[in-house]
Amino acid sequence: MSEPAVTEAELHAYVDGTLPAARAAAVESYLADHPEDAARVAAYREQVAAMRREFDPVIDEPLPRRLQLPQSSWTRSLARHAAVVAWITLGGVIGWQLHAYNSTSARSEGANWARRAAIAHAVYSPEVRHPVEVGADEETHLVRWLSKRLGTSLKVPHLGGLGYSLVGGRLLPGERGPVAQFMYQDGKGQRLTLYVRINPDERSESAFLFAQERGVGVFYWLDRKLGYALSGAVDKSELLRIATAIHGQLNP
Amino acid sequence: MSDHESLITQHIPRLRRYARALTGERNAADDLVQDTLERALSRFHLWRQGSDLRAWLFTIMHNIYVNQTRSRIRHPQEPLDESAADELRAREPDWGELRDIEQALARLPGEQRSVLLLVGLEQFTYEEAARVLDIPLGTVMSRLSRGRERLRAALSGDPRSATLKVVK
Repeated sequence: MSEPAVTEAELHAYVDGTLPAARAAAVESYLADHPEDAARVAAYREQVAAMRREFDPVIDEPLPRRLQLPQSSWTRSLARHAAVVAWITLGGVIGWQLHAYNSTSARSEGANWARRAAIAHAVYSPEVRHPVEVGADEETHLVRWLSKRLGTSLKVPHLGGLGYSLVGGRLLPGERGPVAQFMYQDGKGQRLTLYVRINPDERSESAFLFAQERGVGVFYWLDRKLGYALSGAVDKSELLRIATAIHGQLNP
Repeated sequence: MSDHESLITQHIPRLRRYARALTGERNAADDLVQDTLERALSRFHLWRQGSDLRAWLFTIMHNIYVNQTRSRIRHPQEPLDESAADELRAREPDWGELRDIEQALARLPGEQRSVLLLVGLEQFTYEEAARVLDIPLGTVMSRLSRGRERLRAALSGDPRSATLKVVK
């Protein structure tokens, strides 16, 4: 009758299912006589079960594009830098031409604004580590912060019904003061950005206008206090569908 | 996709699960996974063919996590703005609300959280966990024991028992 005493390590091994079968009976009879340890073992088992309930669903989440292989950091950063350089160069050329032709008309102002939105999209949407300054997990703070900086109350549209979830947002410099950029992403990593600025003439509204530059489509419109530009490298019809949904949410 | 990429790919979902539980935050977790993948790909020649690739990847992730946590403590770069202050407040224990496993895990010391997650969530053996964390087996056992007891106290909402020692 000289079974070795049950150790703390064996209680854990019992919880984790790694206890050698030869010791199972000893541990079980020990637990029958020690209700406090039996309660501990039960609580530890429940902890493991709770962790798995909480975190197992992560396994089935679709991988964001940045975690999909193959990829290598240098090809990604090279591609990104090339894209940014191309956009800045293009932006400079177009901006110069617009400036030279007609720098004051409302039309060029609108086009200029759409172009700024498209450039901001091209610069930040391929960003891997820091696509946004404030993530969607701090949505309340994000909206409060950007509202404060733009000086008006902003609302962030939710596009979950269209398959896009909010990544977060950032503050950008615009021609007439601060601009907010919200970023969305679908399950495949396709990103959209919504560029929001103060409308200089807050009584005006406009239809949806469309511009396209280098594969990035932009729908932009004025809606009283604010102007919006939705950019993405997606079909025009898809982009219009989303722009319409956004407009609808902002004007319930 | 090259051979080693396809070998690594099958482990990504589990690396994500562990990182999510370890950091408690989606973006930070995916950043950690991404750093791990980049390092693993660039050092794949160091992996000994035939040895446990999953353990190797988790070891890389653990090392990156520890280094990042250390450098964040040594060089706090973020100014204490509104969001940082909110976050600090959020980290202060509110024993009345400590029922949720995620919150309770977040309040464990990192070294205990790693052991509990590797063993409980990822089903590593104690020996494997010791190798991943590069600590002796006895240390794994004592962290497991203290961590589980602390978690039990937190989940039962009793602040006093959080400091009770496990009697050997």
